[in-house]
Amino acid sequence: MTATLEVRDLKTHFFTRAGVVRAVDGVSFAVDRGKVLGLVGESGSGKTVTGFSIMGLVDPPGRIAGGKILFKGRDLASLSEEEMRALRGNRIAMIFQDPMMTLNPVLRIDTQMIETVQAHERVSREEARQRARDALGQVGIPSPDERLRSYPHQFSGGMRQRVAIAIALLHKPDVIVADEPTTALDVTIQGQILAEAQKLCRVTGTAMIWITHDLSVVAGLADDIAVMYAGRVVEQGPVDEVLDAPFHPYTVGLIGSVPSRNRRGEPLRQIPGMTPSLLDLPAGCTFRARCPRAEPRCAEPPPMAEYSPGRFARCIHPYNVPEMAA
Amino acid sequence: MSAAVQEVAGAGLAPRAPVMELRGVSRRFSRGLDLAAKVAQRLGAPVKEEIVHAVDGVDLSIAKGEVVGLVGESGCGKSTLGRMVAGILPPSDGAILWRGRDLRSLNGADAREAKLRTQMIFQDPYASLNPRLKVAEIVGEAPMVHGIVRRRDLEPYVDEQMRRAGLDPAFRRRYPHQFSGGQRQRIGIARALAVQPDFLVCDEAVAALDVSIQAQILNLFMKLRRELDLTYLFISHDLGVVEHLSDRVVIMYLGRVVEAAPAEEVFRRANHPYTQALLSEVPRIETRKRAFAGVKGEIPSPLNPPPGCHFHPRCPHAFDRCRVERPALKPVAAGHTSACHLNDRT
Repeated sequence: MTATLEVRDLKTHFFTRAGVVRAVDGVSFAVDRGKVLGLVGESGSGKTVTGFSIMGLVDPPGRIAGGKILFKGRDLASLSEEEMRALRGNRIAMIFQDPMMTLNPVLRIDTQMIETVQAHERVSREEARQRARDALGQVGIPSPDERLRSYPHQFSGGMRQRVAIAIALLHKPDVIVADEPTTALDVTIQGQILAEAQKLCRVTGTAMIWITHDLSVVAGLADDIAVMYAGRVVEQGPVDEVLDAPFHPYTVGLIGSVPSRNRRGEPLRQIPGMTPSLLDLPAGCTFRARCPRAEPRCAEPPPMAEYSPGRFARCIHPYNVPEMAA
Repeated sequence: MSAAVQEVAGAGLAPRAPVMELRGVSRRFSRGLDLAAKVAQRLGAPVKEEIVHAVDGVDLSIAKGEVVGLVGESGCGKSTLGRMVAGILPPSDGAILWRGRDLRSLNGADAREAKLRTQMIFQDPYASLNPRLKVAEIVGEAPMVHGIVRRRDLEPYVDEQMRRAGLDPAFRRRYPHQFSGGQRQRIGIARALAVQPDFLVCDEAVAALDVSIQAQILNLFMKLRRELDLTYLFISHDLGVVEHLSDRVVIMYLGRVVEAAPAEEVFRRANHPYTQALLSEVPRIETRKRAFAGVKGEIPSPLNPPPGCHFHPRCPHAFDRCRVERPALKPVAAGHTSACHLNDRT
């Protein structure tokens, strides 16, 4: 079975005056129907640019410099802007961190939603309105008929994010790219949004890419996980295996930094140093300077290796692989 | 656990004298009526001034050397409370006692000392540093002005502050924009410590940082606590961070304290339905493929909070009394108080 969405060796580079920024440099992963892939990384790791590349939303000076984005076998990276526009918002949709990226502040919700429906399908205004109403109800907005006539500023932050999700759902897309949609929300509201997302995948079979910096959110939501560092996926696999027995020293450090993973009051295990500048990446393994296991061999770029079935890591001295111990 | 577990204010004699005590502290914000509204009001239109009860009758006492975690969602008044404790914002009602003396009754040298002894670390390391000043100026300005250090000793003094916050003193001539978020937060910490405070109010001090950097800064806070015998009011929405750091946790909802207890007690035996809901919603790395449920409903507007217990419209256990009567904060166990009518039922 082919995956709904498969990204193969994606390279998205920004050609700036200061030099080439390799924001995404050889990223590969796949998501199946009804599954959630958690794309985890810190600021500057390239996770958002990966999401934008899938949506065809990378603006100059950035462009996709290599690789394939296969949506049901069709390469999105090679489509014309017109062909892409027919798919975007229709078969693949995005939810942004800030719902006001989706919403137009001066238009009523019904105007925006009806427009979205009619952009891809020839339906009557009345039918489009009905679809909009149903989508709002589906994401748990009370009295959707009245809320359709509201403007975005009349909603709270959590409600706005629900509207943005409802818009993403209008055409029952095959793929949703969600870029930190709950980061700006409060804990109790985040719980509500995560519940909606879960229900959605289960009921409609949408494949979802959930981009986040928060390992705890991914732990509860995702089936698979891909950890990004400095533009590359350094580790990927099923969520339980990656979180319980991480291979890559960066993943080990990231999990160790989560406060609940530590004894109360004792110093947190921390990763020394900071993320390198993408303009000036060290040769070889980009994590080398912060890695407790670094050795001279790390000056060569480590290949992505499958250490156990479905479990990949870009490291020559991984943890938790007994037979590999040097 | 060496942590000093303190009784909440009003519960009697504390083993160690509190450094900071809040008694019935409230803070209201109102926007005055504009001309058109005033005219309309004169003519008999039902125009009223809008008043936000950001903090509503909070009692809290913090003992020397204690780390108190203050938790709540946006709009619950935790930052306003922090600002009042730091002396940046005066309360509308109630009294804040610093070492047993009302902040409002202090003047001259005493008032200045009270302000210097309590410093604040802010959330946004980008907005809280003057972009036009070099690090040495940011850190060195206040101790110079307040006569803590003489000009000829300033350089080594600033170097020491920077080193203590984990910054290389070689960077003293750099500007804030040349630093990363985590390093900027260290500059903010060095600036706060330069006036030799004994009390730090940290308002979401690690919320803007990446996980790996957040761990570095939290470790720095704990190291400084040991070295300088600091007392902290640690404000955060992140329960994981608060659990790790705090001796005692205070939960706020819509301007009021709903529960206060030693950290372990809160996480093991939460009493208030809001605290329980909050704890069950926190995503944890240990829980996989869980079913998220979500607390019903929205956080109500502080402009028009529900009567009685503020949490009753979202509470699964609410009964008639909750809709009319404000529950008082009452002890439910040693050092553990909760504001819930359910505790009177059995």
